[in-house]
Amino acid sequence: MVMQTKDLKVLTDPLFENNPIALQVLGVCSALAVTTKMETAIVMSIALTVVTAFSNMAVSLIRNKVPSSIRIITQLVIIASLVIITDQILKAFLFDISKQLSVFVGLIITNCIVMGRAEGFAMQNPPGRSFLDGIGNGLGYSVVLLSVASIRELFGSGSLFGITLLKPVTEGGWYTPNGLMVLAPGAFFIIGLGIWALRTWKPEQVEED
Amino acid sequence: MSHSNAYIVGFAGAVCIICSIFVAGSAVALKDRQEANKVLDRQKNVLAVAGKLPDNATPDAVAQAFETNIRARVVDLQSGEYVEDVDPATFDQRSMRDDPATSHAAPAGNAAKVLRLPNEGLIYQVVDGDKVEMVILPVEGKGLWSTLYGFVALDDDMNTIQGLTFYEHAETPGLGGEVDNPRWKALWVGREVFDKSGEPAIEVIKGQAGPADSDPHRVDGLSGATLTSRGVSALMQFWMGDDGWGPYIDRMQKGGA
Repeated sequence: MVMQTKDLKVLTDPLFENNPIALQVLGVCSALAVTTKMETAIVMSIALTVVTAFSNMAVSLIRNKVPSSIRIITQLVIIASLVIITDQILKAFLFDISKQLSVFVGLIITNCIVMGRAEGFAMQNPPGRSFLDGIGNGLGYSVVLLSVASIRELFGSGSLFGITLLKPVTEGGWYTPNGLMVLAPGAFFIIGLGIWALRTWKPEQVEED
Repeated sequence: MSHSNAYIVGFAGAVCIICSIFVAGSAVALKDRQEANKVLDRQKNVLAVAGKLPDNATPDAVAQAFETNIRARVVDLQSGEYVEDVDPATFDQRSMRDDPATSHAAPAGNAAKVLRLPNEGLIYQVVDGDKVEMVILPVEGKGLWSTLYGFVALDDDMNTIQGLTFYEHAETPGLGGEVDNPRWKALWVGREVFDKSGEPAIEVIKGQAGPADSDPHRVDGLSGATLTSRGVSALMQFWMGDDGWGPYIDRMQKGGA
């Protein structure tokens, strides 16, 4: 399949040009909660990407049939169903990780990225392109989640993917873990600094006063 | 684009039915696997606190080790007697606790913030043939954010701690979450629950405790996690006391089995 440039743009734009967290500032709540470790961040990223892609596709398929008075609740029903199915699959196949993610998988339902893309993109675009948009935005979310998680896990616990790199004092090493990194405010600072860095790199993202 | 009310109601109904088929389908199809995971997770935790978890923890190895080493028993909390007519395999202590018909209120204002107690609880024994080597008691209580659920393994003297683990909690990772740190959990091994008068004396202190043989009732606090540490002290004292497993521990110490 030859991908048209427009489709490709739909897929890659959300990575840096139009990142859902950094530019649209959507979905920050879960970005704070699940980024203390790489493992949970990866599973969360995959779960969100899958849900966004399929909800976009489903919403797009019925976009010409759905009465506008109940379109938001229809989108929510579709998203909620997909999230429950995702949660069930995690519980069946990745039990340990689903225990750590606990309520946050369920909270994908309220993640503004999913809803925002369904209403903002899938309602006006064909299913294939909506699916790609979902993947793209999911990946944009993942880029931020994984970079935040790598910083937080490395400096907060001295490890990456649970493999110790900086041996913490509590385990007989030399590294004193940074307590701020394991708490939610740590993610706020990292995301804030990240947005600053991104906007310095791409000044056109800066909002006008 | 405007639609008739009938169309809107019909559309909503159709969306609901289709979505519910998918949700119900996935829940039913995956149920067996999820249940198996829960059982396996519990077995792993029981074996871990008893120090019997095989290095290569495949589901089969865990089930095998559990089968040969562990015996589950249901115990009446208030009398400390075994309940023989209940199958431990299907016993669910938490749903029993939540059902007013099978639970009783915990003493008001207890430090562990336990609200209700099940009438009967599920304990595990580490057995070698017929000899009970260790008893594993479930404990629960509030930390800072969450209820901590765990197991305490006691030696057959029903006093010396052989292990402590929390299998479910949502304390701050890196601070209160250090209850999962193997180094901290190892500090519990060899400490004693009861003082000379028979009262539960084990506590988590601020700062460092001495070695187990000279300072048997105290355990190092978790730095930066005062409230979680206090919660662990409170839940240990509560569950080892008369409202928790006290009657059963007494009966075992007097030579019951």
